[in-house]
Amino acid sequence: MGDMSELKEREEKLQGMGKSMLRKEDAKFIRGQGNYVDDIKMPGMLFGALVRSPYAHARIKGIDKSKALASPGVVAVLTADDLKPVNLHWMPTVGGDVQAVLADQKVHFQMQEVAMVIATDRYAAADGAALVEVDYDELPVIVDPKKALLPNAPVIREDIVDKNDLTHGPRTHPKHIFTWEAGNKDATDAVFENAEVVVREEILNPRVHPCPLETCGCVASFDKPTGKLTVFVSTQVPHLFRTVLAMLSGIAESKIRVVGGDIGGGFGNKVPIYPGYVVATVASIVTGVPIKWVESRIENISTSSFARDYHGVGELAADKNGVIKGLRFSALADHGAFNSHVSATKFPAGLFSICTGSYAIPNAYYRVDAVFTNKAPGGVAYRCSLRVTEAIYLIERMIDVLAQKLNIDKAEIRRSNFFQAEQFPFTTPLGWTLDSGDYQTALDKVLKAVDYDGLRKEQAAKRADPNCPTLMGIGLSTFTEIVGAGPTAVCDILGIGLFDSCEIRVHPTGGVIARLGTMTQGQSHATTYSQIIATELGLPASDIVVEEGDTDKSPYGAGTWGSRSTPVSGAATAQAARKIKAKAKQIAAHLLAVAEGDLEWEIDRFKVKGNPSQFKTMKEICMVSHTGNLPAGMEQGLNAVAYYDPPNLTYPFGAYVCIVDIDKHTGETTVRRFYALDDCGTRINPMVIEGQIHGGLTEAFAVAMGQQMPFDENGNHLGNTLMDYFLPTAVETPHWETDHTVTPCPHHPCGAKGVAESPHVGGIPCFTNAVVDAFAHLGVTHMDMPHNAYPVWQQCNQLGINQR
Amino acid sequence: MSQLKKITFKLNGKEVSVEVAPRELLIHTLREKLMLTGSHIGCETSHCGACTVDLDGLSVKSCTVLAVQCDGSELLTVEGLEQGGVLHAVQQAFHEAHGLQCGFCTPGMVTRVYRLLKENPNPSEQEIRYGIAGNLCRCTGYQNIVKAVQLAAQRLATETA
Repeated sequence: MGDMSELKEREEKLQGMGKSMLRKEDAKFIRGQGNYVDDIKMPGMLFGALVRSPYAHARIKGIDKSKALASPGVVAVLTADDLKPVNLHWMPTVGGDVQAVLADQKVHFQMQEVAMVIATDRYAAADGAALVEVDYDELPVIVDPKKALLPNAPVIREDIVDKNDLTHGPRTHPKHIFTWEAGNKDATDAVFENAEVVVREEILNPRVHPCPLETCGCVASFDKPTGKLTVFVSTQVPHLFRTVLAMLSGIAESKIRVVGGDIGGGFGNKVPIYPGYVVATVASIVTGVPIKWVESRIENISTSSFARDYHGVGELAADKNGVIKGLRFSALADHGAFNSHVSATKFPAGLFSICTGSYAIPNAYYRVDAVFTNKAPGGVAYRCSLRVTEAIYLIERMIDVLAQKLNIDKAEIRRSNFFQAEQFPFTTPLGWTLDSGDYQTALDKVLKAVDYDGLRKEQAAKRADPNCPTLMGIGLSTFTEIVGAGPTAVCDILGIGLFDSCEIRVHPTGGVIARLGTMTQGQSHATTYSQIIATELGLPASDIVVEEGDTDKSPYGAGTWGSRSTPVSGAATAQAARKIKAKAKQIAAHLLAVAEGDLEWEIDRFKVKGNPSQFKTMKEICMVSHTGNLPAGMEQGLNAVAYYDPPNLTYPFGAYVCIVDIDKHTGETTVRRFYALDDCGTRINPMVIEGQIHGGLTEAFAVAMGQQMPFDENGNHLGNTLMDYFLPTAVETPHWETDHTVTPCPHHPCGAKGVAESPHVGGIPCFTNAVVDAFAHLGVTHMDMPHNAYPVWQQCNQLGINQR
Repeated sequence: MSQLKKITFKLNGKEVSVEVAPRELLIHTLREKLMLTGSHIGCETSHCGACTVDLDGLSVKSCTVLAVQCDGSELLTVEGLEQGGVLHAVQQAFHEAHGLQCGFCTPGMVTRVYRLLKENPNPSEQEIRYGIAGNLCRCTGYQNIVKAVQLAAQRLATETA
């Protein structure tokens, strides 16, 4: 055994897994030296501005470019007719549909892309866009998805009116996209027929927008002499982006380079390929100069995807003790005018099937019906895996509804239905095998921390006091997430499996470069991956450089979304490092003239067992690997690449408590306390994890308490600027208390699960549960989000409790 | 289309002259003509604060200031905070308290906090939260930003003591 303090010192030097190492990413950002897409300047670069439709549904009778073309600085105006010769006026979507790149004869939603003006600077481009004259003939509009399937509802998509199948089964109506169901319907129906208790509630996940602080944009640069296309773009998925561009353009994929650069937040918004990117690319090919297109905030909120818009119905069947026997959920999904929903090919309703949550429910069935309306397409997963927020919101709400119906405490009913720690791995009736968990311990820890019993007593006293000006609500959420897509056997996008990758090169003096298929947008990848490598290879994290996002440099991967970076690329990183370590061990055995079996690993070196003075450090081995002093037949170098196909997704979980005080007279809700316990398995950087939890909880607060995208009956967007769309400031944002348990993932090489989306998924129902709980004694079982003052006041007013 | 006007101001301690259009926004002058891309554009309604710069001792949103209005003024952007190779206490504190993630709001945020701590060298948590309410962050939930401001305030107090 070495001296303990010496061992500790060596370990400290590595700053490996478990250390709150300060971030590698910060140095440039705090100096204002990040390199976001709008910071890029290239010689001869022109600017694109999109002309967009003021109508939600209209036929285009004509487009007059002449005034725009005469405007100073305008170089070109592109419309669908200009894209037709290269067959790029329409593009396929990941949802199995097609989407207009520029409106072809009609517009299907307000702000749809109609033309792009190319000009010498952004002012000239905006001037030109204002001068393009489009002659529209307005058509009837469908805004409410519940009216989309009425027999005489107007047809939105004339282009596919005869198509009976949009790759996900038969269509029954011109606005029907698919019906997706899973589980055993007959068995579940039978359980409901014979149940002692049944509860049912209509529950909406409103249309919202991820709204990262940086909008979407690109600089497309086509180099005529080499035929090489470079696209700098604010994307979460650089490699998939490259593949889609190759499919669309016919350019050899080897001649396309996509560069992510620095990304000013994504939250799902930067997964899709937007029309602006395609038009900018065509414009660069046509003009031979780089084209920059960066959207405004209004364009971003209006058209660059939305999330949710799931109109759900939850039903639970239980016995009179609150033990759930059956779950039946359905949702009407408003997909907008094109089915561009981001999802794995085999799961058109995403991972909604996680809707049984943390509970051992023996029978379950769900059905999702997706329809077209005159709204923007998109359907991204806003800080969650595909449709997971929608699913967990439903189950976490419904279990409260059941508790209220049976007058059982909301913590108690969760205890009665949890999977127990010894039951893992547990396969749910909808087919997911939950890897590991200890839900009971997590909940108990949280209840103790907030003195749950004391809070319930306080609440009872306030309810008994008719003069109390406030309502007190206690919300619980004991969620299970499903992240890290995913096994290629079940998860692909456009036929590409959702594996991910890491390539590691070790230099003679012990420096390391690691390149990955993911794309950081603030999640601290450079820091986190370095720490995995530092622990695996015994080389200091400070000397490890992580690169992502340049498709010419990094190995192929499916990018960063659905909390998949640590579960998939983090695993690839450990695997690549282990390949290197295995080779290093062979070299160490050779140098020490012992068998490999005689060696043991200690922090940063291989030691001969029983003879601690005989060792070789990794640094020494790094140098030797670049010499001729190697085992017979071994090649030089210490490099490896690993492609990781996860055997399963990972299932992080948590237990949250939220306490709110609601002013009966104004409907104003104050979050008194929010306590969040998360279990993401092995914790690589506690500081980074805590930062991700803070951010996710804040986005959950935003969704629950204020975000929505309303439309009027003509399809006009009523909230597409930051004047209307709620992004919390430091003043509204509550103080977050965080806690954790550690239940390692059994199938991840480091035991880690994803984490950054848990607080969003688990946080949203916790807020709603708290608000509804405040009204529970008055018979209220559900209130739809957002819980801003007006709807909460309406609830108070309806109950007559707002009178002084 | 419009006549250019030559304006002169002091930018991060140096005298600068630049020709601008009458309608040109300061953020575009800084980013497109003076190549200072630290200040960012996150909205066009003065809400997000990513474009915050310091103009004559006040925090302003450079997306809603015309460049011509800055003739003869004194400007400080994030690029001017580091002095002689030493980070400003606010920048250092943001790093140490993990007050940033994607980094897009950071230049505007630290520029605002630089001014906030001049206005109020010892702010309470509530004063900090109100003091940065004009700067939106989508990543951090502000909690570590508040910590960073407190840390910077302590350091600055020690420096001047």
